[in-house]
Amino acid sequence: MSTDWRPAICVQGRPETLSSRSIRLKVDNLGPVVAGQHIDIRLTADDGYQAVRSYSLSATPRGGPGGTPLGNSEVEIAVEELPEGEVSPYLVEALAPGDPLEVRGPVGGWFVWHPTDSEPVQLIGGGSGVAPLVAILRARIASTSAVPMRLLYSVRAPDTVYFADELASYTTSPNITVDLAYTRVAPHGEARPPGRLTDRDIENFVQEPGSGIVYVCGPNSFVAAVTDLLLARGYDSAAIRTERFGGA
Amino acid sequence: MAGFEGFASRRQTDPALPPGQHLERGFPVLSAGPDPNIKVWELQVATETGQRSWSWDDFLALPQEDITTDIHCVTSWSKLGTHWRGVSVDTLFDGLKTEQRFAMARSYGGYTTNLPLEDLLGGKAWVMHTFEGRPLASEHGGPARLFVPHLYFWKSAKWLQGIQTMAVDRPGFWENYGYHNHGDPWKEERYA
Repeated sequence: MSTDWRPAICVQGRPETLSSRSIRLKVDNLGPVVAGQHIDIRLTADDGYQAVRSYSLSATPRGGPGGTPLGNSEVEIAVEELPEGEVSPYLVEALAPGDPLEVRGPVGGWFVWHPTDSEPVQLIGGGSGVAPLVAILRARIASTSAVPMRLLYSVRAPDTVYFADELASYTTSPNITVDLAYTRVAPHGEARPPGRLTDRDIENFVQEPGSGIVYVCGPNSFVAAVTDLLLARGYDSAAIRTERFGGA
Repeated sequence: MAGFEGFASRRQTDPALPPGQHLERGFPVLSAGPDPNIKVWELQVATETGQRSWSWDDFLALPQEDITTDIHCVTSWSKLGTHWRGVSVDTLFDGLKTEQRFAMARSYGGYTTNLPLEDLLGGKAWVMHTFEGRPLASEHGGPARLFVPHLYFWKSAKWLQGIQTMAVDRPGFWENYGYHNHGDPWKEERYA
């Protein structure tokens, strides 16, 4: 049952940016996993106090980094350290290989992609919201699916790009396109001036309306702004799936 | 259970929090898609014997109630002592007869969620248009949302368009995607 808490251990932690890292977990009796799903993580302190948080999976057992399989019963999450956070500072700075925690899930059946899905996919991510979108890309590369996938990734600056090397390597993958849009600082030679996504970006970097499913994930204000742009460009709201975090 | 090395408790557990919930001071937004574009707002309630509907002005002319209560999201945050204003679902069903025991709430934009009628009637549920003294923001379901605070918040359908009773229970949107059919936070009825 996906409702049960199951023991898990940290297998590996890898820095993603200065304030985030990818964490690989081995979960007892991990059931079927679909790209785009999330897990709940529970930590228990010595005094019995417990804290639970949800994290989107960035990698599934079949589709790990680069599309290569993870170990049996393993998944990855990407955690951004929130300065006032209760759980994320521990996960980013302290959790070490061999450390135990508990996992519930994976859960979710809406913001997901199955290798049998036949429609073209447009992924639009903001900041750490790219995690479940990368899980979808990895699942597609690990599968026999050839559906076109395009990622538009909005980030503050080059040093805040999650999965930077891997995303750069996807330029050689057939039918996969990755576009980065910087909001504050762009690298040298970048044609697009830094700034938030505009209707011009939707025109330049997003598949035509009516041609598939769009997955949007990021902070709430980002998702709200992007979905407004998509609707204004003529996308059917039924073709847009969203996952949001943070308050309004 | 043994504690985990290095994770130290930094907050007190509040008895007002259901199991597995943590206190949230902001108001996170969770929606499956874009906010719907509502051109003309109308609310409908229907049973097997008849239906009623209200325009926005008609709805605001109904008896209003002010409610202060806690809300609990399945993603594990809770907000305590939130203030709402709206119309009791009892008022909306006043004068409508039904032998049916279940209901489907339907939203502008196509979202649905199912509830036993006994969780909607008897002073347990409202259709709210005001949050903390201000018109309910669109990202939180404005102009009006269902409000069933004793169940996880996905049952409190945003952008409510109507409530239809059903003879037989059927799952709604999230209930079809792995969430629990009922959703009592105190029993941790999160996932199916």
